[in-house]
Amino acid sequence: MALRTNCKSRRRHTMKTFRKFVMMGIGVPAVLAVAAVSVAQAPPPTAPPPAAAAPGDAWPPAGGPNHLPPKQDGPRTIAPYFTPVTSRPKAPDADGFLERWLLLEPIGKPNRSNTVFTGSYVRSAFNTEYFPNQFTVVPHNGDKVTVAGQELAWHALDSANFDVKLFRFAYGLNKPTYGVIFWAVTVVDSPREMKNVRLAVGSNSASMWWLNGNEAVALFDDRRMVMDDAVSKRLTLNKGRNVLRGAVINGPGLSDFCVRFVDENGDPIKGITTSLE
Amino acid sequence: MKFNLLAATGFALLSLCVPARLSAQLAGEPYIHDPSTVIQSDGKYYTFGTGGGGLISDDGYTWHTGAVRPGGGVAPDVIKIGDRYYVAYAVGGGGMSGGHASNVKIMWTKTLDPKSPDFGFHDIGIVASSDGVEDCDAIDPAFLLANGHLWLSYGTYFGFIRIVELDPKTGKRIAGNKAVNVAIDMEATDLMYRDGWYYLLGTHGTCCDGANSSYNIRVGRSKSPTGPYVDNMGIPLLKGGGKLVVAGHGRVFGPGHFGLLDLGDGVQKFSMHYEADMDRSGRSVLDIRPLLWKDGWPVGGDNFQPGTYEIESERSGFALELAVDFVRLDSGRRRFGGFGPPTGPVTPLPDQTLAQDSAVWPAGNIAVDLLDYMIRPHQKWTIAAVPDAGGYPGSPYFKITIAGTDRALAATAEGEVITVPAFTGGPEQLWRIDQLTDGTYRIMPKSMPNSKDPVALTAVGASTPTLAKFDPKGDKARWNFRKP
Repeated sequence: MALRTNCKSRRRHTMKTFRKFVMMGIGVPAVLAVAAVSVAQAPPPTAPPPAAAAPGDAWPPAGGPNHLPPKQDGPRTIAPYFTPVTSRPKAPDADGFLERWLLLEPIGKPNRSNTVFTGSYVRSAFNTEYFPNQFTVVPHNGDKVTVAGQELAWHALDSANFDVKLFRFAYGLNKPTYGVIFWAVTVVDSPREMKNVRLAVGSNSASMWWLNGNEAVALFDDRRMVMDDAVSKRLTLNKGRNVLRGAVINGPGLSDFCVRFVDENGDPIKGITTSLE
Repeated sequence: MKFNLLAATGFALLSLCVPARLSAQLAGEPYIHDPSTVIQSDGKYYTFGTGGGGLISDDGYTWHTGAVRPGGGVAPDVIKIGDRYYVAYAVGGGGMSGGHASNVKIMWTKTLDPKSPDFGFHDIGIVASSDGVEDCDAIDPAFLLANGHLWLSYGTYFGFIRIVELDPKTGKRIAGNKAVNVAIDMEATDLMYRDGWYYLLGTHGTCCDGANSSYNIRVGRSKSPTGPYVDNMGIPLLKGGGKLVVAGHGRVFGPGHFGLLDLGDGVQKFSMHYEADMDRSGRSVLDIRPLLWKDGWPVGGDNFQPGTYEIESERSGFALELAVDFVRLDSGRRRFGGFGPPTGPVTPLPDQTLAQDSAVWPAGNIAVDLLDYMIRPHQKWTIAAVPDAGGYPGSPYFKITIAGTDRALAATAEGEVITVPAFTGGPEQLWRIDQLTDGTYRIMPKSMPNSKDPVALTAVGASTPTLAKFDPKGDKARWNFRKP
């Protein structure tokens, strides 16, 4: 029987679902936390992009072809999936994916199934105030918030991949991986005002995204991460600073997202950088 | 007592009036989950499923349990290389009990017939695995033998789909071979090779949720077996891409676990299971449907739908018809002139009726030919599935009768086609309809009297149908079914 715990569906979610988001008034600080990646004792490696390269060892593994390779043990780490940010702004990758993010350790939202993530459910889940200034804060690395008695830290990280593997973020920090909500923030610097750009998102599972405080894209129902899955209406990037915020919710699944800005032709826009200032 | 007798009689009469449920979906007990590729062994068709065991069919249409596969585990696949049937299956992973540590194992047997003295599986061992933490869960293996190489894909929604290479002589993993990531967001992968392209198919969406399952089969392609695979939009399968091949429709939800069944001569079918067949208590069942190809992409075809059709020759565009005198139809116009709007109100004119057309038909057998389609009763054919007459992969046999009559298309001992006044159910009156990869159809009688040679309806002349050995080249043996 094939995998069940990560079953996701992929339903188209167009801008027909764009609605005025009543949470505009809710200002919640999102605090930047320095990566308490003290879990990783070793200095973070320069993570190579995994992509299509051979991921494992050559066959057969140690112990011979009829034995499972030993399970990885030792301290968990978010490497090679993430590295701490440097002070220099980071350009999107060659395909325009934004890789620099402030990520909050996951908030517990238990769900044994991913079938509940209707639009109503997800809006209600994100409407809930988990921490102060949730919709306005641009936190710093290491900033902490307390949610339901649990202290959660913000981490300023660069993803080694086009996607931000939230599952690996949580797993590497020994945090819950299933039944969770992740908050993510980045700052997009644009050299000039850019009109008619679209925010293109894929996420596992449901998610919502706000640009400069306005709801831009929502992905509801049980989903897997597909690049350019849901795309916003035409938006304007301000000259200078733009705050992009997202929330991802998942039950049992491989939480993940990928985000980029595209032009009228669906090509990534050029010239922007991400920082966390 | 009188009431009960009346009621019983009423029910009996009612059951005579209501036709037995029959569709192009498979007959028997085709209950299975995660079916392997359908494969032939010793004259029968086999497919294996999750948990062990599997289904057997004599004809590819009616299926029963009875296939034997030891080892348990999930989602097997099977391939025949030389005199061996290799079976791959996975043990341990799939997220059950929370675990993603898994082994893909291979074994082989000389026959799949469990009653044969040659039946018996020999273990090859583990050919791929996942340790429970890495970005892969090694389940759902699938074979591809192409260009002298044997490939195996595996994986599910936890992390990546991977491909490894095996030795086609032994079934073992080639020493030194490294697994390659090729896709995300899918499970139940399958591989095909055609015209220089490698195709990676996988099932997206939600499994195992009955009529709420969004399971659907998608595809990407690459010039290399190890990728990169992209879909029709150029989206890499490593970034969630995949062109839709088949999704749920009608009364069936959640197709998944694609397997290719290549019958040769340009006839390709594919097997899958549906998460829920709403006509079978919502159970998971096997189906076999035509595979079409459009612009280098595979497209899931539909089972042939019974109904009334024009049968059009792809060669000439002429319609199959009774070779009878043409009966003119008054359409209220003089031969020349009479253009412009009608004098008087615009009114619809009736079609020619069966009674008008058949008034000049002879009794007994009537020959057929091909001619311009004139929307006449002698050119309209009703095609209906025949219960309890067996079938072929994916479908029952059909009878082909002139609409509104019992006059049936039949093969003759001389290798021609004719119509007989009434359908009697003989094998020369039963027709096999296979959709070809370009969307046209091959039409074959179940058998020709006094002959074992398979023959197909063929337009040997622009106006002349006959029965001949099927020629996959060209259009003379290709047909279309058009709404009348």
